[in-house]
Amino acid sequence: MAEADESNKPLFAGLADVSISEDIPVEGQITVPVGPPAQDDEYSTLDEPVKDTILRDLKAVGKKFVHVMYPKKSSALLRDWDLWGPLLLCVTLALMLQGGAADKKDDGGPQFAEVFVIIWFGSVVITLNSKLLGGTISFFQSLCVLGYCILPLTVAMIICRLVLLGGTGTVSFIVRLIMVVASFSWSTFASTAFLADSQPPNRKALVVYPIFLFYFVIGWMVLTFSPSPTAGP
Amino acid sequence: AMATPDDLRFQEFEAAADLLSADPNASTVSALSVSSTQAHGDVKLDLSEDEGGQEENSELLRGDKKTGAFWTFEYYQSFFNVDTMQVLDRIRGSVMPLPGKSFIKSHIRGNPDLYGPFWICATLVFSMAISGNLSTFLSQMGQPQYHYRPQFHRVTIAAVAVFAYAWLVPLGVWGFLTWRQSTERQISGYSFLETVCVYGYSLFVYVPTSILWIFPWDWLRWLLIIIALLISGSLLILTFWPVVRDDTKLTAFATVATIIVLHALLAIGCKLYFFQTVTPTITLNPTPATSPNHTAAASDIAKEH
Repeated sequence: MAEADESNKPLFAGLADVSISEDIPVEGQITVPVGPPAQDDEYSTLDEPVKDTILRDLKAVGKKFVHVMYPKKSSALLRDWDLWGPLLLCVTLALMLQGGAADKKDDGGPQFAEVFVIIWFGSVVITLNSKLLGGTISFFQSLCVLGYCILPLTVAMIICRLVLLGGTGTVSFIVRLIMVVASFSWSTFASTAFLADSQPPNRKALVVYPIFLFYFVIGWMVLTFSPSPTAGP
Repeated sequence: AMATPDDLRFQEFEAAADLLSADPNASTVSALSVSSTQAHGDVKLDLSEDEGGQEENSELLRGDKKTGAFWTFEYYQSFFNVDTMQVLDRIRGSVMPLPGKSFIKSHIRGNPDLYGPFWICATLVFSMAISGNLSTFLSQMGQPQYHYRPQFHRVTIAAVAVFAYAWLVPLGVWGFLTWRQSTERQISGYSFLETVCVYGYSLFVYVPTSILWIFPWDWLRWLLIIIALLISGSLLILTFWPVVRDDTKLTAFATVATIIVLHALLAIGCKLYFFQTVTPTITLNPTPATSPNHTAAASDIAKEH
């Protein structure tokens, strides 16, 4: 009967039970209280300055970088996945792999598109593989982890290019080899630390091997980068 | 009166009764899965006696592995239903083919997986490209005009060659065997996935072979090819011979010969393309099916250097 009053309450409780017969006039005001937003996690980011938005995302990316460099079994990387970090790393790595012995003849190093395809397609394939084997991690979380764990190899690439500026002899090769082996092991170990828990225990090795292969190939690309013959001392 | 499971079974699926009378030890579970496979049109009657004591339940039990339609994720998950130990066991079985045992019957046993073939092919692609690159580098390290090149385009070519072989050749073999089966009414052949599985695992032995090909001695490379062909070729022969031998002699031999020849062509083609021992100033025609005078001319020029 007089259930119109109840329908004005902010929580609209019992609204589903309301059945007002047609000869009872319903009066009143239905207003949705517009005030400070409810205390859930999302708040309106539409009005903040652009600098804040960018800085917040950069901070999130940076925090994940730190997590990769010191891999502990934290779930921060998994929970708030984002793909900015992997994109940044992938583009940086692909750009740094250019300008090598890659001239017009296709005998050189990987082209930009090849690096991109290997990293993204490789990550997708590994993720699909782990999901098909019964893993419980979500698709984008896995992409996020695999992409972020390229960080050690990107660092190694930067150092390799610096070393190559100093010469291309055997010593520089040994230094680069050690750097690449160390960073490839670091990448594999870091991503395994994040991903291995989500796998059934008797299939862990089946999931880890493709990750090993993936970082091995990227490490190979980093190691075999050789500067073009015209650039040199 | 209570309807017993027997009544229901005989009512709906009479072929199941035939199968049960052929093998009275089959449990009801397998009979039900036979009925489900019949619904999918997939039942295979295996009346062969050549396995001498092997159970025929493996054929009957195959039906309950596939779940869902082909657009669901579970359907594809059923192809990855293997553990680490199973994969390692299958790999071990592929490098040690025992006479008299078909790889499919003894190792796959109704649970073909796509994990092995896919990752073995991926590993093979990179091992060939990387080893080829390394061998080129090692063989020309001393020459002053040689400048190291990563030759990354070889990865693409290796990928196309290996993956095309790993999918198209089993498709052809399976299609041919199924066609012969239907015309000749023979014992059951293998499903497409099992054929892909056998081929995938048979490629495993090429991985250590390609790594050993880094050493620059030609006689070693040819010796390695022969050993690898013996191992994986015999694996394929032992698997496909029981299916083919009841056919006419000509077809049987032709089929087996074609399988071996294709396998050999893959190995030799990869060796010739990725592990050339020529100086970079000579460009070879990079197709695997190089004509004999091309390779002879190239190797002559290589010997001169």
